[in-house]
Amino acid sequence: MSEKTTTSQTPEDPSGALQEAEGRLHHALRELGQSNWLISALAVVVALAVGAVLILAANPQVQATLGYFFARPTDFFATSFQVLRDAYSALFRGAVFDWNATTLQRSVRPLTETMVNAVPLILAGLGIAIGFRSGMLNIGGQGQIILGASFAGFIGYSFGLPLGAHMLLALAGGLLGGAIWGGIAGVLKARTGANEVIVTIMLNNIAIFLLAWLLRQQWFTQTGSAQPQTAAVEDTARLFSLLGGSFRLHAGILVAVLATIFVWWLMERSTLGFEFRAIGENPEAARTAGVSVVKATALVLIIGGALCGLGGAAHLLGTEYRLTAGIAGTIGFDAITVALLGRSRPLGTFLAGLLFGGLKAGGVLMQAQTGTPIDIVLVLQSVIVLLIAAPPLVRAIFFLPRPDGKPRRLRARTAGSGSAGDDDGEQPTKDTTAASQAGGSSR
Amino acid sequence: MKLELRGVTKRFGTFTANDAIDLTVEPGEIHALLGENGAGKSTLMNTIYGLYQPDEGQILLDGRPVSFHGPGDAVAAGIGMVHQHFMLVPVFTVTESVMLGYEPTKRAGLIDFQTARRRVQEISARFGFDVDPDAYIEDLPVGAQQRVEIIKALSRDAEVLILDEPTAVLTPQETDELISIMRQLKESGTSIVFITHKLREVRAIADTITVIRRGKVVGQATPESTETELASMMVGREVSLTSEKTPAEPGEDALQVENLTVLDAAGKVMLDDVSLSVRHGEILAVAGVDGNGQTELAEAILGTREPAAGRITLDGEDWSDLSVKQRLNSGLGFVPEDRSTDGVVAGFSITENFVLDMYDQPPYSNGTAMKPAVMRAAAEEQTSRFDVRLGTVDDPISTLSGGNQQKVVLARELSRDLKLLVASQPTRGLDVGSIEFVHRTIIEERDKGTGCMIISTELDEVLNLADRIAVMYRGRIVGIVEAGTSRDVLGLMMAGVPAAEAEVQAAQHHTVLGEADEAAEGESDLA
Repeated sequence: MSEKTTTSQTPEDPSGALQEAEGRLHHALRELGQSNWLISALAVVVALAVGAVLILAANPQVQATLGYFFARPTDFFATSFQVLRDAYSALFRGAVFDWNATTLQRSVRPLTETMVNAVPLILAGLGIAIGFRSGMLNIGGQGQIILGASFAGFIGYSFGLPLGAHMLLALAGGLLGGAIWGGIAGVLKARTGANEVIVTIMLNNIAIFLLAWLLRQQWFTQTGSAQPQTAAVEDTARLFSLLGGSFRLHAGILVAVLATIFVWWLMERSTLGFEFRAIGENPEAARTAGVSVVKATALVLIIGGALCGLGGAAHLLGTEYRLTAGIAGTIGFDAITVALLGRSRPLGTFLAGLLFGGLKAGGVLMQAQTGTPIDIVLVLQSVIVLLIAAPPLVRAIFFLPRPDGKPRRLRARTAGSGSAGDDDGEQPTKDTTAASQAGGSSR
Repeated sequence: MKLELRGVTKRFGTFTANDAIDLTVEPGEIHALLGENGAGKSTLMNTIYGLYQPDEGQILLDGRPVSFHGPGDAVAAGIGMVHQHFMLVPVFTVTESVMLGYEPTKRAGLIDFQTARRRVQEISARFGFDVDPDAYIEDLPVGAQQRVEIIKALSRDAEVLILDEPTAVLTPQETDELISIMRQLKESGTSIVFITHKLREVRAIADTITVIRRGKVVGQATPESTETELASMMVGREVSLTSEKTPAEPGEDALQVENLTVLDAAGKVMLDDVSLSVRHGEILAVAGVDGNGQTELAEAILGTREPAAGRITLDGEDWSDLSVKQRLNSGLGFVPEDRSTDGVVAGFSITENFVLDMYDQPPYSNGTAMKPAVMRAAAEEQTSRFDVRLGTVDDPISTLSGGNQQKVVLARELSRDLKLLVASQPTRGLDVGSIEFVHRTIIEERDKGTGCMIISTELDEVLNLADRIAVMYRGRIVGIVEAGTSRDVLGLMMAGVPAAEAEVQAAQHHTVLGEADEAAEGESDLA
């Protein structure tokens, strides 16, 4: 049947190439969202394996045994095994449960530390995940966290309010700060079509310098200290401790749980979330179905930004108390990884946040006890991102079948043809034949 | 050259696209391969063209078994293919397009344009193609672009030419030219495999007809077979090709479009001062070759495209300031032209697609939260009413065939209370059985008093459904004519000839398909 011919595109339209690139980006985002849980789990396994190689390579004992490997190879294997066991068991003890600790309190402390680390990662990860589900790559977590923490902090130390109300107001300030920062990108994208990736990256830098400037303003820092830091937030504004003084665990984890449930409801049950997912999957169809793509686009980044801001606020009100230039650390970027690993699903993001929080907590003990550099953790995280971004690689490593059940060779040929086009049985789609023909005619 | 297939089988996973196909194309024969969408015609041709390797069976050329590892091998062996979607580069000239990939070179690897140009002229002259070798592809009409594709195949010494749905984008007059080209090629000894699902063309052109259904050859037929016989072979059961419909009882104007002008992003006029009206209880069909402003007209009515001038009203209410959602909610049913980009969200479930434009309306939601149970129940009920073949309504819609996806779209739009239905290409990509069903449903909707506007490039569909026919050409309405207007007249109007003049010209020259129409009428009169 007749369809638009490839040649009927109006050549006057110079934005064609850009649109095509955007289309490809959206396609890639969709692929990322759909890579299955198994891939996520296997990515972690492969990352641990890569980490193991690096741990061994960096270990002086292992290096020594390699020197006489051909004389006594057993030494190498035995040492390697021991080094790895020590390193990864330290990682585990530092992150979950320390069976070497003297008291029960100390034994379970690692798990609570993991949660403390996870709170901002989960909250910001949820914000990023909403963007992914809606076809938007929000790289601005860092800036949104900074703004959220700044708003929350300022409310936290400059007002005196009753217990509870003060904390809630500070958290709301965090939401607002993040929403404003995300909203700038959202409105620009919705109104002018500005690319959200570039805008959010630039806003990160603006946020960093804005904070640096604020930290030198007396009216903002509310302290006489010459250090570039603010006063500590009032006790009334702090997220209260959950397990008493010897643990750092605070109410932020409850906020994270509530936010996870909220995001699930938003994306799966609310009409707004339906619009978000529709514009993420197919903005053309959404527009045809009467969705206001402009409004929805802006709201995605506003709500995503608000969640990142809440993450910054929880980090400040629960852990840091004082605003400094390094308040956001690398949370904003780790959150992107968390959202990817969690397949942009609320529960997945929550679990991925815990995993990353655990890696951070465990990495400290691993370095202290076995001398393994904590940078290994960064390598683990990076390898995870790499593998999540390339599901075919993971499938190749573990000899998994292709998700569509088509033989490998054929699929390689038809790569690039959208799955939607295949279902008429009339294969291949035009991309395929064009590509193959070009390949054929170059002989 | 004689092309022979013996037991060719091609599987995709567990799906057998071609099952032990035997086919013989004699030298200098026009062999039609007839089958519905998804029957496996294109897969078979792509196998012959070397894009796929058969899992079983053999391809023989002049009795010699061959195996192709890519289109390059097939071309070298003398097989040429003209794809349904042309493989041309819009900014290239005809010469450049023809030589692409097979550039003749001079010393030092310089491209020999003169030789290439001469070759194009030679072939063009031999068959009377009338193609300027220096014209740019983007400036050529679709019919001429297709001739460039044919020149491309012939310049590589193709002795077997595969034409994949070649008439899909042509007017009846252009189709006529293509038919005469095919006959010329046949006389010069070229074998032609002609893939189509249009019965009328097959009977007008083919020497031999092979019908395939669900990947299997179900039989051979001759051009003398009646259309009904061919259709039954193709579908596997008795089908009626024309829908029973009572004369329309039109009421008041539902939709009124007045002096509508639409520009594209670059400021080019896409819709030029268009005025028309659709009355309650009638079907206005908008005919025309693809890309003559029909898309823009539909989008302007929906509201996704801002008109530069003019007015759209429904039941007297001005629609200018209404959003898409407000228009849909005030009784517009809209079936978009391109199902996969505008009609469905591939990753969404069938249920979610079913409520795609009603997700925030009762009973499916209270405005904030959606009601999954209600949505699911309604989706189940409506999809079964529309006979959508599905596993469960929770499956992604991408698991359905194109025809079933289209039925979901129709179920969605027709499950609401409508005042106006605007359907673009409602049966594109559907099999004969589904087309019959969709047409019946649209006629039922008309009989309920809904104004229906059907935009279609298929003249068969237009003739079958319309109470009145508006013909578009280059963004203008050429004329609005009554339902009984002949194919020849409509074809000329689709090329921009005004109605009165078209009548005169059509009386002087019958096209092959127009004659086939008359013959078909004669048959049904006898029956």
